[in-house]
Amino acid sequence: MTNPTFERIQAEIDAHPVMLFMKGTAMFPQCGFSARVVQILSHLNVPFHTANVLEDAELRDGIKQFSNWPTIPQLYIKGELVGGSDIVSEMFQSGELATLLKEKGIPHQDAA
Amino acid sequence: MAMAISEIEALIKAALPDARVTIEDLAGDGDHYAASVVSERFRGLSRVAQHQIVYAALRGRMGGELHALALQTAPPE
Repeated sequence: MTNPTFERIQAEIDAHPVMLFMKGTAMFPQCGFSARVVQILSHLNVPFHTANVLEDAELRDGIKQFSNWPTIPQLYIKGELVGGSDIVSEMFQSGELATLLKEKGIPHQDAA
Repeated sequence: MAMAISEIEALIKAALPDARVTIEDLAGDGDHYAASVVSERFRGLSRVAQHQIVYAALRGRMGGELHALALQTAPPE
């Protein structure tokens, strides 16, 4: 039994190398944790695509089961869950996020 | 209904008996915590996997009763 929401999610993370499921939009984040990840990605000049879970109840619940991750935001790089706000912040501060982006061949600007 | 620090600590320790757990109530409202968990179980695991172990220990309360838990995990030095 395939789950249509899971298929939608899989399609999104396959289509976009950097995919952020968040509350609100990049322009108008509706939650501090989501805003934090948007800020980091913008700081690194990484092109990213977002999906607003507040406009899609099925997506909001489906994504948590899909990834076995209980909270939003969720950042995916090349189809892989990198984490929520905590992990992305930690990786950004330690430089691991820039390294991961380089490894995955994703254009970005190192935080000067 | 928020969660008490002792309850969070007990749940984590039930799943990770060797864990060293420190929890801070960030906002004083019982709803926004920062926790650091050190356990041998985390050795060699990605951060996502480490956090998933802690979330599983919290038996579904994460994201529901417990709105915000800033989590830091690591194996012992």
